[in-house]
Amino acid sequence: MSHRVVAKRQIGEEVFWAEVEAPLIAQARKPGQFIILSIDGNYSERIPLTIAGANAAAGTIELIWQRVGKTTAELADLSEGDEIANIAGPLGTPTHIERFGAAVCVGGGIGNAPLLPIATALKQVGNRIIAILGARDKSRMILEDRFAEVSDELIVCTDDGSYGRKALVTEPLKEVCGRDPKPGHAFVIGPTPMMKFCCEVTRSFGVPTQVSLNTIMIDGTGMCGGCRVEVDGKAKFVCVDGPEFDGHKVNFDLMIKRLNAYKSQEQQAYDQYKQHRCRIGLDG
Amino acid sequence: MDERQRQGGPCPPNPSGNAHVTEQETRRLLQELLQKQADAGLRPKDRLAIPPQEMPQQDAAVRRGNVNEVALGYTEEQARLEAMRCLQCRNAPCVEGCPVRIRIREFVGAIAQGDYRKALEIIKENSLLPAVCGRVCPQEVQCQEKCTVGLSLKDVSKAVSIGRLERFVADREQDSAAAPAVAPATGKRVAIIGSGPGGIVAAADTRRAGHDVTVFEAFHKPGGVMVYGIPEFRLPKAIVREELRTLEKMGVKIVTNFIVGRTRTIEQLMKEDGFDAVYVGVGAGLPSFMSIEGESLVGVYSANEYLTRANLMKAYDFGKGADTPIAKSRRVAVIGGGNVAMDSARTAVRLGAEKVYLIYRRTEKEMPARVEEVHHAKEEGVEFHLLQNPKRILGDAGGSVAAIECLRYELGEPDASGRRRPVAIPGSEFQIEVDTVIIAIGNLANPLIRQTTPGLEFNKWGNIVVDEHCRTSMPGVFAGGDIVLGAATVILAMGQGRIAAAAMNEYLAEK
Repeated sequence: MSHRVVAKRQIGEEVFWAEVEAPLIAQARKPGQFIILSIDGNYSERIPLTIAGANAAAGTIELIWQRVGKTTAELADLSEGDEIANIAGPLGTPTHIERFGAAVCVGGGIGNAPLLPIATALKQVGNRIIAILGARDKSRMILEDRFAEVSDELIVCTDDGSYGRKALVTEPLKEVCGRDPKPGHAFVIGPTPMMKFCCEVTRSFGVPTQVSLNTIMIDGTGMCGGCRVEVDGKAKFVCVDGPEFDGHKVNFDLMIKRLNAYKSQEQQAYDQYKQHRCRIGLDG
Repeated sequence: MDERQRQGGPCPPNPSGNAHVTEQETRRLLQELLQKQADAGLRPKDRLAIPPQEMPQQDAAVRRGNVNEVALGYTEEQARLEAMRCLQCRNAPCVEGCPVRIRIREFVGAIAQGDYRKALEIIKENSLLPAVCGRVCPQEVQCQEKCTVGLSLKDVSKAVSIGRLERFVADREQDSAAAPAVAPATGKRVAIIGSGPGGIVAAADTRRAGHDVTVFEAFHKPGGVMVYGIPEFRLPKAIVREELRTLEKMGVKIVTNFIVGRTRTIEQLMKEDGFDAVYVGVGAGLPSFMSIEGESLVGVYSANEYLTRANLMKAYDFGKGADTPIAKSRRVAVIGGGNVAMDSARTAVRLGAEKVYLIYRRTEKEMPARVEEVHHAKEEGVEFHLLQNPKRILGDAGGSVAAIECLRYELGEPDASGRRRPVAIPGSEFQIEVDTVIIAIGNLANPLIRQTTPGLEFNKWGNIVVDEHCRTSMPGVFAGGDIVLGAATVILAMGQGRIAAAAMNEYLAEK
């Protein structure tokens, strides 16, 4: 069964959103879960993407991605009505949702996408939601309006100050954690270095912290082990043991190295694709 | 790399097997024997005197640079000569060694008579995947181990090459084989979870009984270990595709990208989606690591990951139509002594590694790999480091593998498996400079079904508990293959698929 792109648009600098037909996944998915897709039926790459939202009645899921390489660029080049050959999911263990009192949800860049369904679910069980959203600049700030709907308090900041407060997310996070009473739990999703530094902050305040990891994967069902990370000194599989882990126990430095394992090949594939786009006139 | 060979075009036969025997001589020998048989009949002594037929194969130096199949298959003359070596023992001990009890004596006899179609029909009574099993079964510890010819010649490698004969007829007659007949519709629905060898057999056998059968596969392509694990050079994907096409011709539906437990649970399949019986054949599917220092460094792979990238995702064609990368390795260490370790090592050779070391803590005698795979790996230049085992993996500043540190071992007393236990020699540490480490020491049970199927009983290793009919603790739910047995083989999984299907058919008839 292939999956039709029902709607698609660019929502930020290099960031895209699409609503895609996947009725079974739309029905089954829970916050914190992801899918693996490959665009054509044969030898295109399998990549994991977060499910940003779903409409079970319409049978669609929402995907948000950043254009960083060949596959994400190909996705960005799809038009409404085009098909994605393979989408498997929902994968990963759903987020454990409970009433913590106040929950601080910290999103960085594209991380706002997986964070949104979690914040929504946390709100639904009665948590007070303090959302801190960060981005490099204004053009990369996504989903602010949707967070506004589910947050009791929303703090927006950019690295360059072009929008909201000029700060890294760690700064407002420190302030929030320093309040009395401190938040019962933190949820942090974003670029790996950002998660690492946020965890250092919450650790110093003793605020339990959940992070959601996005590593390189092939099958997403535990079969290959390519996604493994070190948690509390032990190898864990992001696809079946995660994607969420206790952020205070994750070895982020090793994870960053593993994420870069194929950097040169990824760049080669992306460059080839850009040349190909140019030749077929997609670049106008 | 030769483009024509890459694309799987006809490769020039380069049999390095019976290099000393020409095709002409083989033909002449066959004629002589046929004549003798017609005149006076062949006595066992005559049969034992027929030289065992070597498998023609691609030259080792050539095949290092391509992914085409290594073994090229018997010629017709070779097949008949090999079949004529069979003594047609009254008690057919070979059948005892076959997990699915193929009537071996009869099919080999049919080949000796030149009736290949009949031979295939006999095999298909018990095995649906002869082209696969002829290639990947460990015959030397199954049917061929029991062969009287091998016993008489005091050398199991001189037994009748039953596997090669099976492959010969499967390849030769594949077009003539009609899809198995299907009984009138029963109105009952069967879900098969996993499209590997066990699932294929369970699907075919339940479909034959007239049930409406759907196979669910988590990957985007069906075939299980036969497409992601076993490499092209050992089992061409086209053969697996052909077997799956037979299933579809029978009316079996195959649904890919469907993860039972996540997309739908077993309970949902049975209570909401109208399936009356379920077969769980999801494989083991959780690679074991060694819990040693450095296992998460860049360049350390599970064999599953390495082989999946190379096979299913075709990483050897990266940048030429395939988008999945794989390490560009110079020096590779493969840990383990099974078929998967051999497959990994030989894949690394084909991906261009200069040195490939196979590190195994016992000796060659204890290796679980098929003899032929060990032989092929050596021919292709894989260096065997026996009685050694890694202690840790060392990284460079960038977090990539730089070397592996091993300990030397010696064999002590036999352990529970009957094999002599490897014992580390203290202070024997040494390092080998490598940039890639592939760990091929087996798989654990995948936790997905367990996590999502309350009520299903598992043992302490996470394998599903079944009775002798592959029935689980849940009514209507059956299981087989690696998720039950731990790591096993294609043929054992098929055997279980068959047992389970028989039990499912019985269960559905009574339901």
